[in-house]
This record gives sequence, C-alpha cells and structure tokens, in this order.
Amino acid sequence: MQTHTFKPDLPPPALSVGVVGWLRANLFSSWFNTLLTLFAAYLVWLIIPPLIQWALIDADWTGTTRADCTSGGACWVFVQQRFGQFMYGFYPTELRWRVDLTLWLAVIGAAPLFIPQMPRKAIYGLVFLVVYPLLAYWLLHGGFFGLTTVSTSRWGGLMLTLVIAAVGIAGALPLGIVLALGRRSDMPAIRVICVTFIEFWRGVPLITVLFMSSVMLPLFLPEGLSFDKLVRALIGVILFQSAYIAEVVRGGLQAIPKGQYEAAAAMGLGYWRMMGLVILPQALKLVIPGIVNTFIALFKDTSLVIIIGLFDLLNSIKQATTDPAWLGMATEGYVFAALIFWIFCFGMSRYSQHLERKLDTGHKR
Amino acid sequence: MPEAIKQTSAEPMILMEGVHKWYGQFHVLKDINLSVQQGERIVLCGPSGSGKSTAIRCLNRLEEHQQGRIIIDGTELTHDLKHIEAVRREVGMVFQHFNLFPHLTVLQNCTLAPMWVRKMPKREAEEVAMHYLERVRIPEQAHKYPGQLSGGQQQRVAIARALCMKPKIMLFDEPTSALDPEMVKEVLDTMVGLAEDGMTMLCVTHEMGFARTVANRVIFLDKGEIVEQNEPNAFFTNPQNERTKLFLSQIIH
Amino acid sequence: MQTTANAPRPGGSVWTDPKARAWLFQIIAVIAVVALGWFLFDNTQTNLEKRGITSGFSFLNNSAGFGIAQHLIDYDESNSYGRVFVVGLLNTLLVSVIGIVLATLLGFLLGVARLSPNWLISKLATVYIEIFRNIPPLLQIFFWYFAVMLSLPGPRQSMGVGETFFLNSRGLYMPAPSPADNFGLFAGAVIVAIIGVVLLSRWSKSRFEATGKLFPVSMGSIPLLIGLPGLAILLGGNPLQWSVPELSGFNFRGGWVLIPELMALTLALTIYTAAFIAENVRSGIMAVSHGQTEAARSLGMPAGKTLRLVIIPQALRVIIPPLTSQYLNLAKNSSLAAGIGYPDMVSLFAGTVLNQTGQAIEVIAITMSVYLAISISISMLMNWYNKRIALIER
Repeated sequence: MQTHTFKPDLPPPALSVGVVGWLRANLFSSWFNTLLTLFAAYLVWLIIPPLIQWALIDADWTGTTRADCTSGGACWVFVQQRFGQFMYGFYPTELRWRVDLTLWLAVIGAAPLFIPQMPRKAIYGLVFLVVYPLLAYWLLHGGFFGLTTVSTSRWGGLMLTLVIAAVGIAGALPLGIVLALGRRSDMPAIRVICVTFIEFWRGVPLITVLFMSSVMLPLFLPEGLSFDKLVRALIGVILFQSAYIAEVVRGGLQAIPKGQYEAAAAMGLGYWRMMGLVILPQALKLVIPGIVNTFIALFKDTSLVIIIGLFDLLNSIKQATTDPAWLGMATEGYVFAALIFWIFCFGMSRYSQHLERKLDTGHKR
Repeated sequence: MPEAIKQTSAEPMILMEGVHKWYGQFHVLKDINLSVQQGERIVLCGPSGSGKSTAIRCLNRLEEHQQGRIIIDGTELTHDLKHIEAVRREVGMVFQHFNLFPHLTVLQNCTLAPMWVRKMPKREAEEVAMHYLERVRIPEQAHKYPGQLSGGQQQRVAIARALCMKPKIMLFDEPTSALDPEMVKEVLDTMVGLAEDGMTMLCVTHEMGFARTVANRVIFLDKGEIVEQNEPNAFFTNPQNERTKLFLSQIIH
Repeated sequence: MQTTANAPRPGGSVWTDPKARAWLFQIIAVIAVVALGWFLFDNTQTNLEKRGITSGFSFLNNSAGFGIAQHLIDYDESNSYGRVFVVGLLNTLLVSVIGIVLATLLGFLLGVARLSPNWLISKLATVYIEIFRNIPPLLQIFFWYFAVMLSLPGPRQSMGVGETFFLNSRGLYMPAPSPADNFGLFAGAVIVAIIGVVLLSRWSKSRFEATGKLFPVSMGSIPLLIGLPGLAILLGGNPLQWSVPELSGFNFRGGWVLIPELMALTLALTIYTAAFIAENVRSGIMAVSHGQTEAARSLGMPAGKTLRLVIIPQALRVIIPPLTSQYLNLAKNSSLAAGIGYPDMVSLFAGTVLNQTGQAIEVIAITMSVYLAISISISMLMNWYNKRIALIER
C-alpha cells in the first residue's frame, strides 16, 4: 500500500494575481473592455475634478453677507448663515433647545431597540412608542405644564421634515397592518373595503392627496371643527402611506407557511390571538426591510408639502434662495439640501440592506 | 466489466498536460496529466472540494486554466474565442441541475443550438431532436415545458439536448446527484446506452455501480491532484493508495 | 382560510356561531362605512352652501380667462375650463411618455453597466444609482429648473448651434416643420417602406426556419427606409417647410420652443426613474441562474445569441412587473410639475381652475379619477401580461 505524498501548494502565476492580475481581469481584459475603461476614466476626469474645485477648493466658507463670496466657487457662507432656518424653520431661537431635546430623547430612547441582546424588546418598544409621542408633542408644541406655545405654523426646516416622516410612519404602520389583515380576510365585505381603500391611495399621486386633505378636509368636517395645516397634511400622508405599508405587510403574511396558521388554530387560538402572537411577529420580522424602504420613500415624499405651503427643509431652502440678499445661491442651496436628504436616505437604505442580511440567515428554509 | 483500452499511439481525444488552476491564491488543480482515447469511458471520483468538477469544466472552458495545455480533438484551448467555440461544438455537457431553458419546450430546447449554431433548417433540427428524444425514451414529452417534467425526465432531456449537437465527447458533472433515488436508475440506464454506442465519456459521479458497469478507467482525485487511476476491477478490489482505500471505505457501505 | 378555531360549535347563538358572527361583523362594517360617507357628505353640503359655492359640473363650460404656456392643441383665454382640462391632460401625457421612453433607455443601459465585468464602468453605474435614488424627485426638479434652466442666458445671449437651435432661459428653440407640397408622396413612401421592413423580417424568419440561413434584416431594412423616401424627395421636391426661430426684439419668433419647465421636469424624472429601472434590470438579469448561461455556452452558442435567446427572455419576465410599477410612479411623479409651474393636469386643473372656481370636490375628484384610471389600466395590462408569459409548470 502506497501513501501518496501531496504536492505543495504553489503560488499562482504573477500575471494573474496581485494588482497587475486584477487590472488585467477587470479593466483591460479585452480591447473592448480597454476602450470602456478609457471612456469611463474620461467621464470621471470630466466630472470629479471640477466638482471638487467648485465645492471645496474655491469655495467660500466664512463670512456674513453675500459680498463675502468673492471667489468663483461655492458660497457656503449662504448655508452657514441660514443654517438655523434650514434646521428649525421659524421656531423661536431661544426655545430651540426644546427641539434639540426632543431629538436627543428620540435617539437615546430608541437606542436600546438596536442592541441585539436587549431583553423584553417588544414591551419596551411599545411603551416607548406610546410615551415618546406625547412627550415630543409637549416639548415641541408646548402650551401646558409650563412650556410656552409654539404654533405649528412656526415649525419648519429639517425639524418639520422629521416630524412629518416620524408621525407619518407611526400612524401608517398600525393602519397598514390592519388593512393588510383585512385584505386577506375571509369576509368579503371587509376584503372589498380594504382592497378599494388600498388601491385608491396607491393609484393617485401624493400631491393630489395633499391637495385633497388641505382643501377638502375643511369641507368634510362640521362647522367649527378645524385642523391646522400641519395636521391636515399629516392625515393625508398617513392615509397615503398606510396603503403602501399594507402591501408590504401583505407580502410578509403571504410568505408565512400555511402550517403556521394551522398550528396556531389547532392550539385553539382565536383570530386575533393567532395574528398577534404567532403570525404578525414572524411576518413583520420578514418585511422589516420593506418597511424601512417605505419609510425612505416617505422621507423623500415629505418634500411635497411645499405645495400646500408648509416650510419643510426643501421649502425653507427654496425660500432662502429667493431672498434678495442672497441672489444666485440656488445651486448651493439645492446641493446642500440634496446632501442632507442623501445622507439620511442612503444611511437608511444601507441599514435596511444590513438588516436584510442579518434576518436572512435566521430564516433559512 | 469492460477492460481498459490500450493507450495506442493514435491522437488522444482529450489531452491535459501539466494543467494547474488557481482561484485567487487557492491552488485548486495541481499538475493534472490526463490522456483520453476515443471511445473511452472515464469516471472521476473523489471527496468534495477535490477539484473533479473544476477539472472537467476546464475541458469546455467553463473554467480557465492558468498553466499547462488542454488539447481537445487536436484543438488547443486558449483565449482564442474561435477555438473555444469550436471545442464547445464538439463537447457536450450534462449538469447536476439540468439547466434546461424553462421558457422553451423540450423540443425547442433540443433544436435551439443546432438551428442557431450548426445552421440546420428547422425541420431537420426537429427530426434530429425527435430521434434523440426517442433514444432517451421520452418522445411524447416533446411539446411540454421543462417545469412540467420530473427530475429524471428533465435530466434525460438535458442528455438529448447535448446529443443533438452530435458531439464527439460527453461530459457529465454529477448528473444524478440532484435526483430523487427512484429516478437515478433511468438516467444511469440512458448513460449506459450511450456508452454502449461508443461515445467518449467523462463522468464525475458518486455512483460506483455505474463505474463498475461501464467505465474503462476510474480516476481518483484528491486536493486537486490525481492520486490513483486504474481499470475499475483493480481500482475497487485492490486500491494502491491509503487515501483511495479510505475514500472507498467511506462511500461503499 | 377555514381554521379549526372557527368551526361551528353546537347550539350556536349569534355570539358563538362564527359564521353568524362574521355576517354581523360585516354588516356593522358596511353600515359604519356608509354612515361615515353620509356624515361627510352631509357636512360638505352644509359647508358648500354656507360658502356659496355651487355644485355640479356645469363650470366646465365656463370660459377660463387665462393663458397657458404650452398647449398641444389650440387654446386661448376664451376657451372653457373643460378645454383647460384636456390641455393639462395632454401635457401630463406628453411628459410621461417622453420620460418613460428616456428613462427606460437610460435605465437599461445603467442596469447592464452595473453588471459589467469592467470594474470602473460598474462602479460608476453604482455611484449614479446610489446618488439619484436617494434624492427626492422634487428636489431634483428644483435643481434642474432653478439652478440650471433659469440660470441660462437671456434670449439675446442664447447659446446656439448654427442659426437653427437656440438655448436660453426661455427655452430651447428649434425649427418647426410644416407640410409642404410633396408631403403626401413622402408620407406614402415612408409607410410603404415600413410595411416593406415588416414583410422582409417575416420572410427572413421563414427562410431561416426552412434553410438555416440567416438574412441580416437590419442591414436590409436600411436601404428600404432611406431609399424609398429619398426617392420621393428626388421626384417631388421638398416635403417639409421649416420655420426657423429668429431673434426679433427681446424674443424669438417662429419655430418650436421646448419650455424650460418641460425640460427640467423631463430631465429630473428621467434621471430619477432611470436609477430605479436600472436596479430592476439588474435584479432581473441576476435572477436568471448562471447555469443557463453555462448550458447555452457549452452547447456552442456564442455570447450574443445566448443573451438574446436564453437570458433576456427569462430576465424580462422578472423585469417587467416592477418596470411597469416604475412607469406608474413616473406618471404620478409628473404631478410634481405643480412645483415649477409646468402646465400639467394637476397644476392647471387642480391648481388654477380650482382656485378660480372654488369647486374643490369636483375638480379633485376628476383629477384623481384620471390617475386612478391610468393606474388601473396599467395594473390590468400587467396582470394579463403576467398570465400570458408565466413559465408553465406542473
């Protein structure tokens, strides 16, 4: 009986690995590829250096007025001067600490939900979701328990954008779950009502919804009962987004194997207990990435409230660019706005992809 | 049990000389030297990760080797696309997961390549296809879609599809590993029929019964190298190497 | 689904028999919805009376009294509100169709680029997608309109190509064709050429099936498409008259103008939607398992034919449903025109007309119905298409 001696591992030929190998494989593997690489490099050369030149090298960073923008580059003085308005809208300067506090409370309060090892997360989450909105409303709006009133017409900027997005998703999520359950119901009347509701809101643009809620809502309500503009917008946004959430949750409900429903029923659980204890926890976990994506879309959609005259981040910047003291700052303003939105949306989409990867391994079939 | 075919001085059908392959830094094929005559049936076996699939996939350039030479029926496999496509026309391959085209019927699966590569007229291609579908004993499924067939039927269609190009060599990459046990036999029977018609075959498989029945040579690969090769009788009853003996004891129980 | 929890129990009264409970629940729900509807309706009636706003659709016949910057059909201030609606609808469709076509082209290009083995190209495509997907479309529209279009020089300092195309802050001016004497013959020649191309491809397909020989249809069509109309021009003279824009005073006269609102809206919508389409295309192509490519290549099929006959048909099945959803989004996003004053349906009808007549209910109802009609027809088309091309399985 022979024993076979295995040959040693050799390193691969020099031209096929390392930097040279990578270049050959990825950029220059054929003449067509080489042409593409040159074309792409040309595009990069056309765009990146002028951009960096304008935005960073030639830009003006310090100063107080338009006259301080002497170079040909970006005038970030404009952004720096108006920063307060972009962040807080018309919120009184001396009371801005209340807005900051609200934000910090949100971050600190929500932080435990992101720690994987935290026990009893669901209960903590529910409590937080009930207590925090009340606290936030008190801090931002005031009017009782010692804080002065700041009416919603003075809310604006990034703060207003975040309020609309947060309230929007907080309202749309429970409503969407109920609609999704209703759409899958055995009872035909419920199903028809839910399907009609969902397809209606999904078929119309958000702008018409905002028009509707801002113009028609006062007509729908009895004399004397009126909502302020922000509340009308929030109602429209919540109804609109709930339809999209409903479709996302429906996908999750469909993905739960029939055996789960049967096992829960076999244990004697009624409909609501079955949904609440067995099905929904699994379904919602499955569609968290989809819900985050809906939230990203909602965050982008908040910019539409400009149409009904609310001063979110985009509108604040648009207003500022029409200020006679700061003419011609449109590019700087919109680039800044784009940067803020991009940071939020890209960050959230990265987080959603991370979640998808994490949850995927846990759901191996 | 068939005997080993004497290595004559005639041009081998397949010649691998000093073939090395790396995935990045990982040395997956080490100095493979193999010569296959026309009409030979070779079975490659070995533990998973030994490189046996990689080795046969190098023969139709689904994998690229970085060092050494591979010559198929006189054509050397290089970066030259013309050579590669010429080789692929003469080498048929059957995959573990069938890889039938789901949007085409069984008949269209079989006539696609003859019509578009060998430029056969449609009627002639369909005649050839029906001939091979009869060979694999499922002519009645010609107008069904792959999704409507069982695994064993799909694999037989895959064999017919490869045969429609009238290749000189057939490669099988674990053709029965993805099948339910009761369907393995129908596919193996088809392959035995092919062997009896004189097709040159290289087969990566765990089905040792098939090896005993049909193979002229069994080659055992481990860690990217050929450890032992012999005609089946000698291979199974009298392995020359510790590694081979260990492997055989693990798979034959 | 019928669950054992809902199996009827013996001696069921209304409260314990699930079927009866279900009926009761549904009746209550329907009553609640109807009651809510009635409540809202009643309030609306009262409020409308109080404000002296009339109801009904007769306002559509009233004269509008305002001009519109872009109208694809004839329009002036004396036309009715009904005509304003049609003008707005056509403008919405115009920007939607152009946007869909351009976004599809750009999106497919980017999707394929993202999958390219060339690292630089694929990274550039990825950067594009990640940037433009995450910036709100309204913001992109504002950027193109306020920061780009309106910053263009005035008419007197237009950027021009030759003396025929002019780009300035009022828009893109180009020559406008109108039919001349020979137009009839020319149009006839074009139609004949198109029919000829269709017949040619049919013939070449049957020839391929009969003999296996491929006829290059695209090469053969070009002489037809160029030659026949060219012959018509040679024989009969010029088929088209061109009205070239000319600077007179402070503005241009003659020719066509693409207003900056349309250009900004189209650019922004195209760039934004293309990023999403690119992702759909990429996931469609990636959904086709690599084994399909391997099988086709190992049969000797060259790369181009593999792509066309094996990969793309399967990829399209996965691409088209979300693609139509993106088309729908683009059509809905065209309503953002209201932000920059492009005269689309929302900004004309639900904007100006609503303000002038005060008949909010009717106007918004009409506007929403149009969008709903578009959504529903696209959904139905999608369902039909899906059923038709579904892979046939056991």
